[in-house]
Amino acid sequence: MSSVTTEQPAPKNKLSLRSRLRRDRSLLLMTVPSVALLLVFNYVPLFGLLTAFQDYNPLVGVWNSEWVGFAQFVALFDDSLFWGSLTNTLYLSFVQLILFFPIPIALALLLNSVLSERLRNLIQSIAYLPHFFSWVLAITIFQQMFGGAGLLNQFLRSNDIGIWDIMTNPDTFALLITSQAIWKEAGWSIIVFLAALAAINTDLYESSAVDGAGRWRRLWHITLPGMMGVIMLMLVLRLGNALSVGFEQFLIQRDAVGHEAADVLDTFAFYYGIATNNYSYGAAAGLFKSVISLLLIWGANKLAHAFGEDGLYRK
Amino acid sequence: MTETLTIERTKDKRDATGRSPVRRRKRGKRPVWEEPPSAAGQTAKGLTLGLVVAVVLVPLWIIVVTSLSTQAAVNRAGGLVLWPTDVTFEAYRVMLSDPTVRNALLVSLGITVVGTALSMVVSVLCAYGLSRSGSVAHRFILVLLILTMFLSGGLIPTFLVVTELGGYGQYWSLILPGAVSVFNILVLRAFYSSTSADLIEAARIDGAGDWRILWRIVLPTSRAVTAVVALFYGVGYWNSFFNVMLYMPTDSEKWPLQYVLLTYVNRGNGLPGSVNSGFGSQFAQTAPLSLQMAVVVLTIVPLLLVYPFMQKHFRVGVLTGAVKG
Repeated sequence: MSSVTTEQPAPKNKLSLRSRLRRDRSLLLMTVPSVALLLVFNYVPLFGLLTAFQDYNPLVGVWNSEWVGFAQFVALFDDSLFWGSLTNTLYLSFVQLILFFPIPIALALLLNSVLSERLRNLIQSIAYLPHFFSWVLAITIFQQMFGGAGLLNQFLRSNDIGIWDIMTNPDTFALLITSQAIWKEAGWSIIVFLAALAAINTDLYESSAVDGAGRWRRLWHITLPGMMGVIMLMLVLRLGNALSVGFEQFLIQRDAVGHEAADVLDTFAFYYGIATNNYSYGAAAGLFKSVISLLLIWGANKLAHAFGEDGLYRK
Repeated sequence: MTETLTIERTKDKRDATGRSPVRRRKRGKRPVWEEPPSAAGQTAKGLTLGLVVAVVLVPLWIIVVTSLSTQAAVNRAGGLVLWPTDVTFEAYRVMLSDPTVRNALLVSLGITVVGTALSMVVSVLCAYGLSRSGSVAHRFILVLLILTMFLSGGLIPTFLVVTELGGYGQYWSLILPGAVSVFNILVLRAFYSSTSADLIEAARIDGAGDWRILWRIVLPTSRAVTAVVALFYGVGYWNSFFNVMLYMPTDSEKWPLQYVLLTYVNRGNGLPGSVNSGFGSQFAQTAPLSLQMAVVVLTIVPLLLVYPFMQKHFRVGVLTGAVKG
């Protein structure tokens, strides 16, 4: 984002538009495939959002479907399943924010204090690994460890303790999906915080230590302020994405725990839109989510600016 | 962007002279002014980091060991096997002789190779096309790209566009809709912009056009970031399964590996044509659990093959992305 605003202005050249076009024609040609793909698969669907104001019929297409104005939204706001999904989304997002967000920061501090570079690199490589696993794989691994037939219950059974099936329990679902998210992504999230730590000038530590500041005071007065920009940026991104709590993760586990606990806005659009051929209804739910998300991004940036940080884009 | 460049430059400088402009802690040695850590602190640190490593490696170890176990070993353990006793590759032999899994492996490899190649060509070209400051319309196109990161039609309109273009049940529906990642283009572009302007100007005076400059100068000087972006794309294609659910939920012979993993391992459905759950009666001599774990291992192996070569470059890609937002 910042690249657009911080770039130096192009040198004022007196070439006419036509000769500049001739000069840059290869450069323009190079962008054509990407732009074409984005137009077809990102911009055309934006117009497809019009279906949210229709009663879309796949047989006659977008142009000939009946326009119904806000009827889909009226039905949506009257649907307890929709409100359930929204509540679930906000609740799960909140739980993830509280439990997930501090972990990579703490791990980064911990890793940064490991003196041996080789050991540090080794731990980092291992911690990043699950980020590259698919959700199918990650959940399969969780199932093998904690599922009804998994390792934990294998142990409980052999010791004649009752079965504890974490994978299908809707009451603990929020904790389950948060621990899955932590397992898969917390390691990867360390990277940005480690970079922030590496950018802090060690002279500051040295002079404050000479002045008698202990370990914790250095952490509080040098390390944390040094990381604040990145922490705020990550927080803004997280708040802006509050309505996206992870789609595939829920899709895979929804049937096991039941829709009351596992339906979020994204899965709502899938199950009550595509899976039931009720496309306009699902599109309305999707549009609702997009609009609120944009507002959240905007609001989160306002918040960051209020704290004197840059956030996602500058003031 | 400026921050990325500094990171790169300081790194280069440190490589060359062993010192960086900003003073960094010398790795491997505790600075004299730092108080030595307490024994309790060291223990807690070791335990925590050990735990981080263990939660990743232990499940993988158990899965690999179980995939190498006989039915007898699985029975003895009452399920997953923690320590190898009688090692056998039977599960892998059976798995690779199964047409569904073999097919899925080929489909996955095909989609990953074709998709990554396409994405890379398209992204590298676009990134270079936008990297020369002052070129016509590059700012407009950049805004057009970045807007897609904030505005999206969402699930259903995209689904409708792909199906109206005839993508239902076609392999291209698994590749084209996500072929361009604006994030990845921005990462590449940041690096291409930082390629020495003098070098490019010299090449231009020698008569090289933009295609030649990209191929001969820019690409060879940014191998690391190109590799990382290729890995990001490749992993994305290898791991994708939701598109399969959308566009080919019933054609089991077209399924990639992840969808086979979901259907036959995660959900425990029987393979087509089999009677039992798990992996069918004709494989009764092999432990169904070992077979399932072998499928899990199969989905991880390609990743582990490229991972060691890539992981040292991760910082580069991720940081650029983070700085760009």
